[in-house]
Amino acid sequence: MIPDVTLRRSRQAHIATPRLETPFHARIAALDETNDWYSWAGYKAAHSVFDEELEYFAIRSTAALFDISPMVKYRISGPDAERYLNRLTLRDVAKLKAHRVQYTAWCDDHGHVLDDGTLFRLAPDTFRLCCQERHLPWLLDSAIGFDVEIAEETTEIAGLALQGPTSFAVLANAGFDGIEQLKPFQIAEFSHDDTRVTISRTGFTGDLGYELFVPAGAALSLWDRLWMAGRNLGIRAIGYAALNRTRIEAGFIVANADFMTAEAALRADRARLPDEIGLDWLVDAEKPFFNGRHAILEARRNQSLKYILVGLEIEGNIPAEGAIVYHRKKHEAGLVSAAIWSPLAKRNIAIATLERPYGSRIVDDLWVEIYASRELQYQKMMKRATIVPRPFIKLDRRTATPPGLF
Amino acid sequence: MTSSSPTVNRYDAIVIGGGHNGLTAATLLAQSGRQVIVLEAADSLGGALRGHAFHPGFRAPGLVHILNRLDPEVIRLLKLDTTALSGHPAPTVALSELGNPAILRGAYGETLDGVSAQEAVAFAEMRRKLVFQAGILRRFLRRRPPEIGRITLNDMTSFAGAGLSLLRKGREEGRDFLRMLLMNVADVADEYLDDDRLKGLLAFDATLGIHLGPRSPTSLLGLYYRLTGEINGAIGNQIVARGGLAQAFERAARAAGVTIRTGAAVARIIADRGTASGVVLETGETLSAPVIVSAIHPQATFLKLTDTAELGTGFVRAIGNIRSRGNVAKLDLALDRLPDFTGVSRADLSGRLVLARSIDHVETAFNPAKYGAFSCDPVMEITLPSLSDPSLAPPGAATLSALVQFAPYALKTGWDSGRAEFLAIILEKLEHYAPGLGNSVVAASLMTPVDIEARYHMPGGHWHHGELQADQLLVNRPVNQAAGYATPLKGLYLASAGAHPGGGISGLPGLLAARHILSGEKP
Repeated sequence: MIPDVTLRRSRQAHIATPRLETPFHARIAALDETNDWYSWAGYKAAHSVFDEELEYFAIRSTAALFDISPMVKYRISGPDAERYLNRLTLRDVAKLKAHRVQYTAWCDDHGHVLDDGTLFRLAPDTFRLCCQERHLPWLLDSAIGFDVEIAEETTEIAGLALQGPTSFAVLANAGFDGIEQLKPFQIAEFSHDDTRVTISRTGFTGDLGYELFVPAGAALSLWDRLWMAGRNLGIRAIGYAALNRTRIEAGFIVANADFMTAEAALRADRARLPDEIGLDWLVDAEKPFFNGRHAILEARRNQSLKYILVGLEIEGNIPAEGAIVYHRKKHEAGLVSAAIWSPLAKRNIAIATLERPYGSRIVDDLWVEIYASRELQYQKMMKRATIVPRPFIKLDRRTATPPGLF
Repeated sequence: MTSSSPTVNRYDAIVIGGGHNGLTAATLLAQSGRQVIVLEAADSLGGALRGHAFHPGFRAPGLVHILNRLDPEVIRLLKLDTTALSGHPAPTVALSELGNPAILRGAYGETLDGVSAQEAVAFAEMRRKLVFQAGILRRFLRRRPPEIGRITLNDMTSFAGAGLSLLRKGREEGRDFLRMLLMNVADVADEYLDDDRLKGLLAFDATLGIHLGPRSPTSLLGLYYRLTGEINGAIGNQIVARGGLAQAFERAARAAGVTIRTGAAVARIIADRGTASGVVLETGETLSAPVIVSAIHPQATFLKLTDTAELGTGFVRAIGNIRSRGNVAKLDLALDRLPDFTGVSRADLSGRLVLARSIDHVETAFNPAKYGAFSCDPVMEITLPSLSDPSLAPPGAATLSALVQFAPYALKTGWDSGRAEFLAIILEKLEHYAPGLGNSVVAASLMTPVDIEARYHMPGGHWHHGELQADQLLVNRPVNQAAGYATPLKGLYLASAGAHPGGGISGLPGLLAARHILSGEKP
């Protein structure tokens, strides 16, 4: 029998498009000048759109649109949703009011962090969990014994981050009346076309900013509405490279970049307790039982925490990306997982994981060894590093309500 | 609330489940001076030892009709009245279609009747080997399993002891132990024996109550497990159960000062932030204690009685994955006279009769169980309990008890219609070996795994409270995170057959759980 080649080919169309396109792809592709794409959770995402540097300054000086549609999104609803999430995550979900957002993380039974993310309480019994990695089997197995429904809505819901000093002005200009009332981590719903857009005052930049969620079908019209409103407010489409700089300045960590998630780690010693990646403040020992509770509290009691995540300020202006951290220039103490020269702070900053007691008991005499590649030759530098608090920058406009019309 | 009421229901330990393991644990805890209460959902104690009248004048001895592993230390520590254990060792009669059975006498065939002299020598050699190897494993069954990552000096001593006893017998024995440990029983039987009756018997004994056929890898473990048991001082020995053992456990518990409540079903375990502190009965009554011992099935413990919000997702996942679907049906027949099994003497009728003609017979009986159907030519183990305990039947009449497999818990066509069909098949097979038996049946009661689940509160109707297979033994019984009797829910301990070392009337899970609690080791 001769196989029907046409039929077979038509069923393999996905091979021709190995990366999915987000609902905003048409607009970003039209603006794209660098053709610099990467894969974000299987989606074609822009690493840069026109110029990494200028995109960074769009975030810090005007307004930037960043497509967050590939972010994994779960809808969790039902009478037990709060109880369920309280057992799943580290923070007390009972304290999360409706129309508020919580930054949180969740662990396996051994207290190892599976991911961090943001939890949106859309209604008393309805939540949206946004994160980097996929967790459906874990979320479903966690639902045993709970009256709760869990659905992945990554493809159905398009997400857009609008960040920067003029972001509020853009939204106001776009006719989102009442947006000035929105406080940090608050959510509000607005009409858009014949559907609704959920806007939260959240972001990954440490700046004034918002995140907007709409059904995928309304994505392009939402983009156009913002783009039109932002024409005279310096609105720009940006890629991940620029966003990454701002998140380092804000001191935020990225799963599987600054720490390995428990399910992604192949090596047993790579998994991390919350306290080992700077998330100790999320752990609420007073709230009801949650996954990993015993292990986390036991590690604190036994002082068996092995690592610590710190912010570093490094002398000079060469980013220390991937550099090894030394104590007294001799003993290996840890590794830098993210580093930039911060144009805003005018400091050379880094996020590093140190092996205790470095970073906990021993905090002085730390050095990083930077290998700067200069035309096929490494220039090796041993630079002094100082542990400094995160975030590296703090902007009053991030929290001011109502926000300024810059 | 009055000021006195909170203290009324306060104990040092609450034991859920009044089976023999629950009573063993309760007795030992009470002997240490603790205030202990046993809560039993049924109206009487004893769990699988609990008999019931299945026809006017006729009583079934319980789910258990053979005793072969009651641990001597349990007897000693509980000061257990052993009247119920008196009696001669019961022979095992391997029935034959031709009416010439092979008979194992003494402890698991110290001598044989009805086989050739050559075969008897081969059997003796195999028996010596298996009993020796089972003896190595036995060391690990009578102590808490080692904790991976926290191996203690005691564990090392135990490993060294096992190693030394292997070496004492020479390198050859050591090699053979490692070679055979995970083999299937069929290959081992074929290695030593020619006689299909003996091979069928071994195949049956290795797989009884386990979801394996004799040719399934690791099926020899079931036979080892049997040969780790002893009764009346002899390894591999057996007696036909008679009434009274449940009462003996109850008397031991009462003598130690244990408070006992029957008809007291637990609705849930009270827990907060990962620590258990009491139970709520179905009546709404609350009892509190810092130590809760669950001597019921681990899945019932965690998936029915515990709010999963108090347990880790990974743990709940593991508990849910425990394989615990029974394959054995329990038959009780009321007979108007003692049956005659062709070729079996009156005296040997008081033993254990095994209907398993060959390895192939057991293997083909297992096959349909893989696909959710019962065997149309089942294998079975038969006793006549009224011969050992005449009170079970009216004068002149008799009872017959049989464990029949394979009868899968999740029967595709459903047991509502399957029960009568399966019963008819069993009776037809019995008739073949005991002509005239059919005419003497006054009443028949067939408990499928579904019925066993309902009557004995054993999820899946599995009397081991979970498959007794390599992946659910030792450090993984019932699951790794709860293998040492303590569980991730602090203050809650496991003590049923679902815990190490496993099922059968041994009392060891109860003994070892109590010992762990008394050791005061942090969970």
